[in-house]
Amino acid sequence: MLDLFIHILVPVAIFMFIAIFTLFAVYAERKIAGFVQDRLGPMETGKYGSLQTIADILKLLQKELITPFLADKILFRVAPIVIFVAIFTGFSVIPWSHNFIPVNTHTGLFLIMAVVSIDAIGILMAGWGSNNKFSLLGAMRAIAQMVSYEIPVGLTLITAVMLTQSLNLNDIATNQGILATEEIKFLGIWSIKNVGGVLAWNIFQAPHMIVTYIIFFIATLAECNRAPFDIPEAESELVGGFHTEYGGIQFAFFFLAEYAMMFLVSMLGVVLFLGAWNTPFPNIGSIRLADWTTGFGWGIFWTFFKSLFLVGIQMWIRWTLPRLRADQLMNLCWKVLTPLAFLCMAISAIWRILVIT
Amino acid sequence: MVFKIAFHALKTAFKGLSLTVKHLFGAQKARQELDITKDHYFDNQTGIATVQYPKVKMPIPEVARYQLDVEIDDCIVCDLCAKACPVDCIAIEAIKSPEVIGKTSDGSVKRLYPARFDIDMAKCMYCGLCTVVCPTECITMTDQYDRSSTKLTDLIYGFSDMTDDQVAQRKSEWTKFQAEKEAAKLK
Ligand code: SF4
Ligand code: SF4
Repeated sequence: MLDLFIHILVPVAIFMFIAIFTLFAVYAERKIAGFVQDRLGPMETGKYGSLQTIADILKLLQKELITPFLADKILFRVAPIVIFVAIFTGFSVIPWSHNFIPVNTHTGLFLIMAVVSIDAIGILMAGWGSNNKFSLLGAMRAIAQMVSYEIPVGLTLITAVMLTQSLNLNDIATNQGILATEEIKFLGIWSIKNVGGVLAWNIFQAPHMIVTYIIFFIATLAECNRAPFDIPEAESELVGGFHTEYGGIQFAFFFLAEYAMMFLVSMLGVVLFLGAWNTPFPNIGSIRLADWTTGFGWGIFWTFFKSLFLVGIQMWIRWTLPRLRADQLMNLCWKVLTPLAFLCMAISAIWRILVIT
Repeated sequence: MVFKIAFHALKTAFKGLSLTVKHLFGAQKARQELDITKDHYFDNQTGIATVQYPKVKMPIPEVARYQLDVEIDDCIVCDLCAKACPVDCIAIEAIKSPEVIGKTSDGSVKRLYPARFDIDMAKCMYCGLCTVVCPTECITMTDQYDRSSTKLTDLIYGFSDMTDDQVAQRKSEWTKFQAEKEAAKLK
């Protein structure tokens, strides 16, 4: 009985988290956009516009659901749900703190890769089902982009997995700090199991991991369809792309999915490369900074803080860089990121054999 | 080759990002000077550009291309402004008067009553042509630009100050005068 209760409670909690995070993130995004462009952003609803997104969501919830006359009714209705559920499921295997993870499976990373790819099908359903040429164009671009960028993402994940030798995100997270169950070394030379801190994070466990992380970050940015890779939505040319025909709560679901995806990939990057819930402060001699800032609450705090920081960077990039053209996008993916990712993977393999053994 | 381009891309992206982050954290103080007539206006342009209208207003010139105003006492109801208007948003109805009514402030003689003088501000395109042709310069543009309203008819501004009774009275006076003239002619 208790089990069943927990099984219901956890998804509800994650959903609530996504909803609240989205409300906050949309507000933050508009404020960042404003400040970057020397504007103020929302100011009227509530103090400093803080209730703006709540007003927005109330408006969206009240709207009528309109299905275009010639749309494929079933695909049209199901698409937002497919997209959201795909990303929602991804949250199930990511650890929040030490041994605090919704589902502790041995193939967590693999599961994320698999379910998040379903997102692409949802987008195609939305684009095709709308029976609108802009939606279809947007969906086609989205598919081309997501399928292409899945490759560098996959390769960087393999690079990380080769070093960690595990697909279990809980184990990967644990082995990046003072609670590690295995021997961990800074750049493969200096054993820092007792020091912990930022030096024990995966990106510093081998020199090529920094490059790997940059590739991962760029490629996941494209997977999220965020600027500068937002050609599937491209407001200025495609009127919003695959979600042109959606309104009301269905549109709200697309929004939830987009922001949830941003947080998901940030969290995945944190878990795989940036030390997951481990503290960035090392133990220095008798000053046990790492020991003091490790614990259940601290774990949640660090995961949350690092992920939010990355989401902030994503927003910062969005409001700085102009959108890439479709061919530039493909060039970047196939000619730069993919070869580099292969190179990193090769180095990882050699590293594993020669340095760690 | 590709790597050179990639490196260049990263470098320029970094340049852009450092520029925007500077603005992000520099977004604490508002723009110093809002009045363009002041010296050093262009030197004080850093900071938040948003003007939180209607709490804060930009200084504007005393008279510019904003809403129209008619000094009806000075109007000789010559209808020139209505004829000049490209979008026909001025509607004037005149009643002739048997004798001179009076003089405007610049000395022109008034012989017509303005029974109706309506300007439809919703149609007006603020070209200012009506103000140019007016012989007595009684139709002018003001510094009023904010007159939002929930009813479209609120945007039709009536400038005539005559009541219905007065209109009827002036009309009957004119018909009587004409009838008398006809009668005089027939004799
Ligand atoms: S400003 Fe131009 S458009 Fe407006 S009433 Fe005068 S002539 Fe007509
Ligand atoms: S042009 Fe001037 S005087 Fe003539 S009707 Fe118009 S406002 Fe009156």
